[in-house]
Amino acid sequence: MRVTNVLMAGVGGQGIIMASDILSRLMLIAGLDVKKSEVHGMAQRGGSVTCHVRFGPHVFSPLIKQGEVDILMAFEKMEALRYLYYLRTGARVLLNDLEISPPSVCLGKESYPGGIPDLIHERGMRLLMIPGLTLARQAGNIRAANVVLLGVLSTWLDVEEGYWTEAIESSFPRRLVSINLEAFRLGRAAGIQAS
Amino acid sequence: MSESTSLRERPREILSGNEAIARGAFEAGVRVAAAYPGTPSTEILESLTQYAGVYTEWSPNEKVALEVVAGAAYAGARALAAMKHVGVNVAADPLFTLSYTGLRGGLVLISADDPELHSSQNEQDNRHYARHAKVPMLEPGDSQEAKDFVRLAFRLSEKFDTPVMVRTTTRVSHSKTAVILGEPEDVEDQRGIEKNPAKLVMLPANARRRHPIIEQRMSALAQLAETIEINRIEAGDPELGIITAGISYQYAREAFPRASILKLGMVYPLPSRMIRKFAGSVRQLMVVEELDPFLEEQIKALGIHVEGKEYISICGELNADHVERGIKKALGEPLPDIQSRPVEGLPVRPPNMCPGCPHRGLFYVLHKLKLFVAGDIGCYTMAFLPPLSAIDTCLCMGAGISHAMGMSKALGDAAQGKVVAVIGDSTFYHSGMTGLLNVAYNKGAATVIILDNSSTAMTGSQENPGTGFTLSGEPTVRADMEGLARSMGINRVRVVSPYQLSETEHVVREEIAVPEPSVIISRAPCVLLKSNRVLSGVPQSVDEDTCRGCKQCLSIGCPALEWKAEEGYTAEGKKRKGRSFINPLLCVGCDVCGQICTFGAIRRPQDSAEA
Repeated sequence: MRVTNVLMAGVGGQGIIMASDILSRLMLIAGLDVKKSEVHGMAQRGGSVTCHVRFGPHVFSPLIKQGEVDILMAFEKMEALRYLYYLRTGARVLLNDLEISPPSVCLGKESYPGGIPDLIHERGMRLLMIPGLTLARQAGNIRAANVVLLGVLSTWLDVEEGYWTEAIESSFPRRLVSINLEAFRLGRAAGIQAS
Repeated sequence: MSESTSLRERPREILSGNEAIARGAFEAGVRVAAAYPGTPSTEILESLTQYAGVYTEWSPNEKVALEVVAGAAYAGARALAAMKHVGVNVAADPLFTLSYTGLRGGLVLISADDPELHSSQNEQDNRHYARHAKVPMLEPGDSQEAKDFVRLAFRLSEKFDTPVMVRTTTRVSHSKTAVILGEPEDVEDQRGIEKNPAKLVMLPANARRRHPIIEQRMSALAQLAETIEINRIEAGDPELGIITAGISYQYAREAFPRASILKLGMVYPLPSRMIRKFAGSVRQLMVVEELDPFLEEQIKALGIHVEGKEYISICGELNADHVERGIKKALGEPLPDIQSRPVEGLPVRPPNMCPGCPHRGLFYVLHKLKLFVAGDIGCYTMAFLPPLSAIDTCLCMGAGISHAMGMSKALGDAAQGKVVAVIGDSTFYHSGMTGLLNVAYNKGAATVIILDNSSTAMTGSQENPGTGFTLSGEPTVRADMEGLARSMGINRVRVVSPYQLSETEHVVREEIAVPEPSVIISRAPCVLLKSNRVLSGVPQSVDEDTCRGCKQCLSIGCPALEWKAEEGYTAEGKKRKGRSFINPLLCVGCDVCGQICTFGAIRRPQDSAEA
C-alpha cells in the first residue's frame, strides 16, 4: 500500500484547514500514518490556502511532491487551476462550483478565468464538479460546504463510513454535529450518484 | 503487561509540532512558560496554557519572556520560553549571558524559524545562535520528535547546567503528525531560594571564571553527541550518504529511500567522530539542510569532503523535489523530467486586511495626505499593498517610531508635516515605548499613530498588556496608553475613531502641522474579536440607480467591494461603464466606503437595516 496524496486548495475562510484536520483524524482512526501541512501565508481571510494531507503505512515528507497529487479538492474554481501542475496524470479533481473574485478582479483590472472544467479535462484529469454551497444550504448551513466535499471524497477512499462519522463527530461542538453529518451524507450521496 | 503492549495501547493523537512541544513540556513537568506571540511559534503557549499546573504568560516581548523563565529556572523550576526566529534577536541579550550563569531548573528556549518567510521579515537561520551563545541545540523533524526532544532538552539542561535551544521551522511547527503521548515525568521538586552570586552575578570577575566552565561544558556535550540516541546512522546504499537534520531529513528520505543517512537530532555541538565514521562509509557525501550551510561548514572544517549548498539552495524552504534535483545534479544523474507546468496568468490572491478592519480608514487618510509612513509589524503592514499603498518602511518590531525620529532629525524642517510613524498596540508595548520615550526626551517632532485594535491580531488575536486579559483569559489591569504617552513627556495625545474619516483626517492634519511630538491613538477593536464589537454587522449595499461606476470606493481595497463591467445608465441618465457591488457575505457595515462615495450611492448601515 502506497502513500495517498490529497491536496486541498481554496480561499481563506472556506473551512479548508478544518476539512484537512477531519481527514487527518480519520486516517489516524483508520490506523494509518498521516501527515498534514498547510500553507496559508499571512491572510486570515481572503488569501490562497492549501493543505497537503498524506496517509499510508509510513509518511516522511509532510509536503506532496510535484506531479504526485492523487486527489485535488478545490474549494474554489480558480484555485484548482493554480495547483493543477501538482497533479499526476489521471488524478481526480473534486471541484466546488464556486467562484470567488480575487482583488484584481474586484478592482476591474483582471477578469476571472473562464473554461476551468475544460482546462482540467485537457490536462488529463478526472473531474467531478459539485454544488457544494447548495448542498450545504440544504444541510442547514452554507459553512458546511467543506464537509459536503468530504462526503464526496469518502466515496473515493476505502475507509469505513463509521470512521468518517467518528472523525466528524469528534471535530465539531455538539450543536454543529448533526448539520455536518447531514452535509457529509448529502456529499456522499452526490459522490455515489456520480460514480 | 509487557512494554510493547503498553506502548501500543498508549493513545495516539495527531498534533502540530507546536502542540507537541507543549505536550512535551507538560510531560517534562514544566512550571513556568513565557512567550511573545510570533508566527510560527504562537500555538506553543496557547496549547500549553490548557495544561493544569503550568504558569503561562504572554510577555510584552521576547527579552522579558526569556528573563522571566530564567528567573523561574534560577528558582529551581523547569521553564520554557518560545519565540519566532527574530524574537530570539530581541532575547539575545539575556540568552548570551544565561549561557554563562546556567540554572537550577531546566530551561528550554524554542526558536521557531521561518524558511520561505511565510510570515516574517527575514529568513535568518537561528542555528547560528547555538554556536554563538554556546548552548546546545536540538532539531526535531516531526511532532513525535518535537515532543520527545523537548523532554530530552529539559534533562540535558539540568545535567549540563545550560539553557537548551530547540529549533523548529514553520513546516515542523505547523504540520500535524501522529504522536504517541507519554505520561508526565516524576520530576523532583527542587524549587526554592538559593543564593549563588558567583554563578548568578555576571560581573567581569565572576563571568571571567565562568567562561572556561562554559567551554568545558560544550566539550562534554560534543562527547555526548557521539552517543546520544537522537543522532543516528541509518545505513543503506553506500553510494550516497546524506547528513541531515530536522524537516530536511523527511525530504531526503522521501527523495532517496535507499540512501545512507546520518540524522542529527542534536545540531550543535556536532559529533565529529560519528561524522568521520559515516563519511568514511559512503562514496558521495551530501549535506541536506535548509537555509545556511551550518552543518556543511563545520563538517568541511573537519577536513571532510562534502557537497551541500552548491547544489541545494541557501534561500527558501526545501521540499523533496528540491532535494532530489539537487542531489541528482551533484551525482551527475539525469534530473526528473517534470512536464506539467503551472497555468500562467492567474490573478493572485495576496493577503489583505479584513472587511471592516479599523486600519483601512486610517490608511485611506494617510494615503490621501501623501505622507511618508514609517511602518511597523502587524496586520497594518498590509497597508503597503495597493490601492492603499500607505506603508513606507517595515524593519523590525518597534522601529517605525524611531525611523520617524531619525528622519526628522536628518531632514529638519523638510520633514515637518510629511512623516508619520504607525505602530500597533501590541507592537507598541513590545518595543515601541522606548522609541516614543526617545522622541520625547530628545526633542523630536514626530507624529506617532498608535493603531489600538485591542488585540495582537496578526498572530490570531492574542491578549496583550492593553487588552485587560491574560493569556489564560483572566481579567487583569489594562495599560493606560494615553497616560503612558503623557508620562513620557508627550503633551499632545489625541484619540480618534478610524471609522470616522473626516475627523481622522482633521486630527492627522493638525498634529503633523505642529513642531512638537504628538501621539494619535486610532482606536477601534479588531473586527475579528467576538467581544467588544462596535460595528452593526449589517451588510451595506450599493444603490443601483445612483452608482456612477466611478471606482472611487475601490480605493480602500475592501474585499467586500467588487466592480463589474456592465454598460448602462443611472436613474438620472448618467452613462456608466460598470458599477460597484458589495458582497453581503463579507460586508460588516463599517461604512468607510459610504463616507468616500461622492454620489451617496452606498446605503449606510442604518438605511440597510431598515430596508
